[in-house]
Amino acid sequence: MTEAPGLEILGVSKRFHVAGGAVQALSDINLTARRGEFLALVGASGCGKSTLLRLILGLDTDYDGRILVDGQPVLRPGLDRGMVFQEHRLLPWLTVTGNVAAALRQSRLGQAEKRDLVAQHLDLVGLTRFATAYPSQLSGGMAQRVAIARALVNRPPFLLLDEPLGALDALTRLRLQDELKRIVSDGGITAVLVTHDVDEAVYLANRIAVMHPNPGRIAAILPVTDSVERDRSEPEFIRLRDTVLGLLGVREGTGRRAAADVDRRVAA
Amino acid sequence: MTTRWRIFLPWIVPVLFFLAWDLLAHFGHADPRFLPSLEQVGGRAVAEWRDEDLLGHVLASLQRAGIGFGIGGAAGLALGLVIGLAPLLQRLLGPLLLVHRQIALFAWIPLLSMWFGGGEAGKLAFISLAAFQPVLTNTWQGVANIPGKFRELAAVLTFSRIDTVRLVALPAALPSIFTGLQSALIYAWVATIGAELFLNVAPGIGGRMNEGQQLFKMDLLLLCVVLMGGIGLLLNQAATLLQARLLRWRTA
Repeated sequence: MTEAPGLEILGVSKRFHVAGGAVQALSDINLTARRGEFLALVGASGCGKSTLLRLILGLDTDYDGRILVDGQPVLRPGLDRGMVFQEHRLLPWLTVTGNVAAALRQSRLGQAEKRDLVAQHLDLVGLTRFATAYPSQLSGGMAQRVAIARALVNRPPFLLLDEPLGALDALTRLRLQDELKRIVSDGGITAVLVTHDVDEAVYLANRIAVMHPNPGRIAAILPVTDSVERDRSEPEFIRLRDTVLGLLGVREGTGRRAAADVDRRVAA
Repeated sequence: MTTRWRIFLPWIVPVLFFLAWDLLAHFGHADPRFLPSLEQVGGRAVAEWRDEDLLGHVLASLQRAGIGFGIGGAAGLALGLVIGLAPLLQRLLGPLLLVHRQIALFAWIPLLSMWFGGGEAGKLAFISLAAFQPVLTNTWQGVANIPGKFRELAAVLTFSRIDTVRLVALPAALPSIFTGLQSALIYAWVATIGAELFLNVAPGIGGRMNEGQQLFKMDLLLLCVVLMGGIGLLLNQAATLLQARLLRWRTA
């Protein structure tokens, strides 16, 4: 029995019309994420990875091709897809609790259940003590934790992350990477992470899609085998990271060797 | 300079001003008929309080300002919200409201006194109009300029229209709305005095000023000016305090 893929992006192309001309933001993107898979999209700025996320969210439905979530076409945003933006985007006039609870406005659960869910998710991100604080009283890392709790409080099967840790300092970023990894794998969540941090992608993802710009397209899809074990000092971790960096054109020499490597992996 | 001293800073210039006024009245060559001394004005205040029901006049003016502020503020808030949230209405009504903004407030007095008469109705119509304008403009702009990222968030969280207004649009526009309400309060106060001065005689500070002018009571005129300024300042301070309380999240 084959389980239907959780997220299917089928032949998606997207144009933007700017100042009389058209810009091809995405060109024939084909990508799937199985249920419970952690997919990373890496690429330089302008390669369309954030645009792709907006399409999956349903914020923009003006594109060619099809995007299916659990077999259903995406027509609009839905509570089945939680979203974490690069900036925490908390509503400054609501407390931490208020911000997380805001995501439950459209939920049909009872008040008591909602309260429990909020408390549970604040606990999940370790911010129970700050339940009554306002966003302006939080550090960047704490605010982003609240945003993660808000994205998860509906227990969505899908979690979309748009460079969620990009604005944080290095230490906080490493800590939150561990938290994200734990939360996503414990919850059996299908996650799509957009990042330009290759290290982060290798550390978190089961599969990495490398994107190239002009027009935005997928250059390669690399599986992250379990043997990499996600230990940043493992030779295989470093090799995979260098491969991805090479595909992004960061190191010329390794890039060419890496490309051959990818062909073998993709063929396998 | 220590903080202990800093709290006195705003008082220095006003005190010097009144001191200069008094010195000029006493020792200068100013004609006391045109520039009465502080004592004279103070004496007039006592006499007004005792014989002319000064408090009643002040309360009459405040009540007028309050009612006008209520009517004009509510209308401005409602219309501002609706226009700010409905791009179509913004297109339709925007130009007209922009023209309305260019018309000096006091230019409405002749028209309004024809329409509503010079009595209480005409006065309240004028004060309401004065309060309406700043609330309308600021509410409209505040709601229309909600950051796109918050609109997007409302879409992602699949907010209903009501939730979008209640949880996003209104609080996001609140600082701007408050700016409008605060201006409206002062506009209403100024318009109250204007209405009392230029329309039919009625109890109120403006009414006392009319008498001061007609009977050439310079001390009464100055007393009224000081009262107007003082009460306006108090209203402004009260609004600032209220705003700070209601917008705690900004400074929390």
